Amino acid sequence: MLSAREKELISEIWERLTPVAEDIGAEALLRMFATQPGSKTYFSHLDISPSSAHLRSHGQKIVLAIAEGAKDISQLAITLGPLQTLHAYQLRIDPTNFKFFSHCMLVTLAAHMRKDFTPVAHAAMDKYLSAFAAVLSEKFR
Amino acid sequence: MVEWTDFERATIVDIFSKMQYEVVGPAALARCLVVYPWTQRYFGNFGNLYNAAAISGNPMVAKHGTTILHGLDRAVKNMDDIKATYAELSVLHSEKLHVDPDNFKLLSDCLTIVVAAQLGKDFTGEVQAAFQKFLAVVVSALGRQYH
Repeated sequence: MLSAREKELISEIWERLTPVAEDIGAEALLRMFATQPGSKTYFSHLDISPSSAHLRSHGQKIVLAIAEGAKDISQLAITLGPLQTLHAYQLRIDPTNFKFFSHCMLVTLAAHMRKDFTPVAHAAMDKYLSAFAAVLSEKFR
Repeated sequence: MVEWTDFERATIVDIFSKMQYEVVGPAALARCLVVYPWTQRYFGNFGNLYNAAAISGNPMVAKHGTTILHGLDRAVKNMDDIKATYAELSVLHSEKLHVDPDNFKLLSDCLTIVVAAQLGKDFTGEVQAAFQKFLAVVVSALGRQYH
């Protein structure tokens, strides 16, 4: 359950990070690959070495989708419709990976925002990313 | 028997040698109580945990957070037998404190995030992996004596 204040906080943070979406996205992915080697199996067709163009463009795509969803969280199911289909029928990523990625995104935010990543911001962001992952996996079965 | 690479050993020793226990411990426990409010169930006698500000300013939370963090020192010194090192503490958490072992993972995630905020870009993916592996071994040892 997200309060009005939390939704504001979340959309503020993602608006601020949109210009560096590539950096944030690539870093979160790299953290996930380092801590959960199994997640690399979904990227065997790409070059996911640090600072590779594939990694940065993929990271950017993910962050921009998260940022877009944050603009109106009550409409997540609509905003994510096409991505739901993509993940369910084509990508078929095991949903535990969404948890790993979300955690690595939180770590990335902490490393970048430092003191500004307060417990309240962390709680709000964790809730948002969980909701995002849940909506994303809705068409899986 | 957990296998540690030289990098992992060096990383863990390094992180704890620079650790500001009185900052990181309280911050990690407070963060856990804020982000996962159901964990407050174990701290009924800690006074005011009414909101994030109260939790972050609560002296009992601060003291306990520091204690918990220092509890990791023994694991750092005994990385080759963390299981035995925490056998007694595991029994304590199970038999006396009745803490659901799932909570250990929640606290360890919060600790990771606090350390990430402290170290910034020095908390690389590789450092994060080593730190998370260490905490996972600790968490496993703490849950081991539950039955």
